[in-house]
Amino acid sequence: MTTLNPRASGLYRLFAGLGLTLAAGTAIADYTWNFPKPVTPIGRDTLSMHNQFMIIITVLFVVVFAIMIYSMLKHRKSVGAQPASFSGPRNALQWFWVLVPFAILLFIDFVLMGIPAFHAVIDMEDTRTRADMVLKVTGLQWKWQYEYPDSGIKFVSTLTTPRAQIEGTEAKGENYLLEVDNEVVLPVGKKVRILLTSTDVIHTWWVPQFGVKRDAIPGFLRETWVRIEEPGVYRGQCAELCGKDHGFMPVVVRAVPEAEYTAWVDKKKTEMAAAAAGSDKAWTKDELMAAGKAAYDKNCAACHQAEGQGIPPAFPALAGSKIVNGPLLSADGKLIPDSHVDRVMNGKAGTAMQSFKATLSDADLAAIITFERNSFGNKKGDMIQPAQIKALR
Amino acid sequence: MNTATHTLDPHGAHAAAPTGILRWLTTTNHKDIGTMYMTFSLLMFFVGGAMILAVRAELFQPGLQLMKPEFFNQLIGVHALVMIFAALMPAATGFANWMIPLMIGAPDMALPRLNNWGFWLLPPAAILLTLPFVLALFGIGDGAVATGWTLYAPLSVQGGIGVDFAIFAIHILGVSSIMGSINIIATILNMRAPGMTLMQMPLFCWGWLVTAVLLIITLPVLAGGVTMLLTDRHFGTHFFDAAGGGDPILFQHLFWFFGHPEVYILLLPVWGLMPHVLSTFTRKPIYGHTAQVWSFIAIGVLGLVVWAHHFLTAGLPVPALLYFMYSTMSISLPLAVLFFCWIATMWRGAMSFETPMLFAVGFIVLFGIAGLTGLVLADVAADAQYHHSYFVVAHFHYALFTGGIMGVMTGVYYWLPKWTGHMYSEKLGKLHFWLTVVSFNLTFMPQFFLGLAGMPRRIPDYALQFAEFNAISTVGSFILGLSQLIFAYNIWRCVKGGEKASNTVWEGTSGLEWELSSPPPHHSWETQPVIKA
Repeated sequence: MTTLNPRASGLYRLFAGLGLTLAAGTAIADYTWNFPKPVTPIGRDTLSMHNQFMIIITVLFVVVFAIMIYSMLKHRKSVGAQPASFSGPRNALQWFWVLVPFAILLFIDFVLMGIPAFHAVIDMEDTRTRADMVLKVTGLQWKWQYEYPDSGIKFVSTLTTPRAQIEGTEAKGENYLLEVDNEVVLPVGKKVRILLTSTDVIHTWWVPQFGVKRDAIPGFLRETWVRIEEPGVYRGQCAELCGKDHGFMPVVVRAVPEAEYTAWVDKKKTEMAAAAAGSDKAWTKDELMAAGKAAYDKNCAACHQAEGQGIPPAFPALAGSKIVNGPLLSADGKLIPDSHVDRVMNGKAGTAMQSFKATLSDADLAAIITFERNSFGNKKGDMIQPAQIKALR
Repeated sequence: MNTATHTLDPHGAHAAAPTGILRWLTTTNHKDIGTMYMTFSLLMFFVGGAMILAVRAELFQPGLQLMKPEFFNQLIGVHALVMIFAALMPAATGFANWMIPLMIGAPDMALPRLNNWGFWLLPPAAILLTLPFVLALFGIGDGAVATGWTLYAPLSVQGGIGVDFAIFAIHILGVSSIMGSINIIATILNMRAPGMTLMQMPLFCWGWLVTAVLLIITLPVLAGGVTMLLTDRHFGTHFFDAAGGGDPILFQHLFWFFGHPEVYILLLPVWGLMPHVLSTFTRKPIYGHTAQVWSFIAIGVLGLVVWAHHFLTAGLPVPALLYFMYSTMSISLPLAVLFFCWIATMWRGAMSFETPMLFAVGFIVLFGIAGLTGLVLADVAADAQYHHSYFVVAHFHYALFTGGIMGVMTGVYYWLPKWTGHMYSEKLGKLHFWLTVVSFNLTFMPQFFLGLAGMPRRIPDYALQFAEFNAISTVGSFILGLSQLIFAYNIWRCVKGGEKASNTVWEGTSGLEWELSSPPPHHSWETQPVIKA
């Protein structure tokens, strides 16, 4: 090694450093260098497979480049090396040594990595065997809707991080960008079959600690599964670019013991019943306006903005909009095509304006429509009752 | 062939050839066109680089500081399109134009006018791609394509006029690439020096031959895909809309049937160039010429049948998952042949480490990381964790920056003295190499860890646990970007003057291109050399 000139040792250090950095990915138990702690069987499988693969490729990397670096140190013109003239294997023995690395690689690819990978894939895709319950996940620009078909619970989950934190006028909280209003609650130890779809563009549901990532595709159902082994709150994000607020649609799952889960289901059912009752009662305009402001900020303001000015041309302004200031319903209480109510309920095909009929309650829809018609300088003065929305469904 | 060329381009014609801008507009000379490709590529490399530095600046800290998410989404997609279609592909075509005739003993490319046209399609395409940024400043449209370079439907059906501009830019770039490919295939098949069999042909030409075939097979599929997107957007078709009986995943199939071979389209010319550089600076013949030729072909063929590993999380059926996993893994075999041959070429040579050799060695090591992480990514179950995350971003930048761009830099330093007749500054070249390698790793190594920790790609703002690695990455990216100014300056200096380069330039060169003067005469090889078996 004393014959090394400074340049060579620089090279050597660099490559050794690279090898170490790669190895560090597996060696350091601190999880900032690796997957976050897995809490599902798939997550654990994936992590152990990943660790094993990282060791394999690190060994490959070190061995191959050790040979190369050895050659770079030994076979230099500056140390008086004379170039050989061979350009391929010349006899049976050399052929043997040339073929050995490829035999090893074949073994690594299709046995060492290929077999565990095979089992992991089969396991990951087996969503139905002994599934205890179903969770339906629907991606919307830019929030998630969750449905529990077994208990009829349905709600939308949106980001709660305040704008001020994002824009830096306020200190960022601990769970910055990874916090929502309605967490998905799942029982610990149960196999949950997750069905995914989308109402607009492709989204991807991802919770790193579950080792699960699956696309939500409009018009199709995809599925995956989790069995969460430890109670806790697990955070993830949409992983497929889905437009403007792709970075702002987190996934938050709270895993709880079964008794607590049952209690939560009952509570949610009561809430749902109260909301359903809301459709039938007659609301005052002030009630609608107050509820409308809250629902607007949560569901509409991302695109149409807090003051209804929109971001034209992609997201039209509501202030002074012809549609918002158009007629409410036809004389006999029917839906007018392309009217304000039609847009809010059914969306507009080929644009980011989605259908809110399935995701919002009658009360929310009525409140939002009433609010929009009487805010941002719009002075229609009229209102629509949740019961009227219910009749239009 | 020789006589035919002379009738088409009579000997004295260039004596009265136009000068100034008209020379460049009308030239049919392969070296002039090669120079234009390389210059355009360098320019667009800085355009694409500036875009991504703005992105990295935004990602320096959590929170939205510099731009709105809409604009962020435009920058990432246009960065990719510019780097792939306007920087890397033209650089490879520039190499092909300059070097293939010199290497195979031809007077020029087979189809010189097509060659000129192929180049001059590029500037309009680049303008189409970036024009929406400018239009948005005047209140027309909402900016450039904001879907990422992958243009996935239905997001791209929903997008603004930027998507239409991108579709037409892709059409024009595709036409240009197909023209270039036809020209290269025609040149290679018809204009090799007498006695040069296909198997004896230099590996760089082989790399390009396979690339050209891949381009002709896959580009029409991309063109078809984006045309279907255009009709979905404007003419009421429903190819990618489930409500009309279509399927959004169809777009991903069409896109990646082109997109995966595209990776090899970008890399094969570089793989072809590497053995020449290694052989020169080890002063030893290329190891395994035939094996490398067959590996190129094998990678080309395999590259056509593994596309769906780009969307393994889209919910493909189990047999498809298994097929795409194992077929992807099998690419590691021909790729390993190439690594083996590169290292065996170095083995027992007499190496010296001028700038091209440094870049070649840097390429082999760092591209090794791309290859190995690629092998891991092929695993469907682990891919569920890596996919759509920064792990993938790091992986493909190791593939396309160190594999593609550092490969191009290797070629530029290796051939620049041949092109200009001057030596570049070795000192600046080495400085450029070390700054590039160190800052590249500083930029992208942390992104592997960001991906593992769970940071999705293409987000303008991120949770607090990702802050440190993002800050490091941004610092690295700015050093990386600024170091490239040294590269541009070094080229500029070399074009202007400098130490005279000999015909062979380097000590250990072999091949026809080194028998011509530096720079080569206006018509390369007026009399074709004869290769003895």
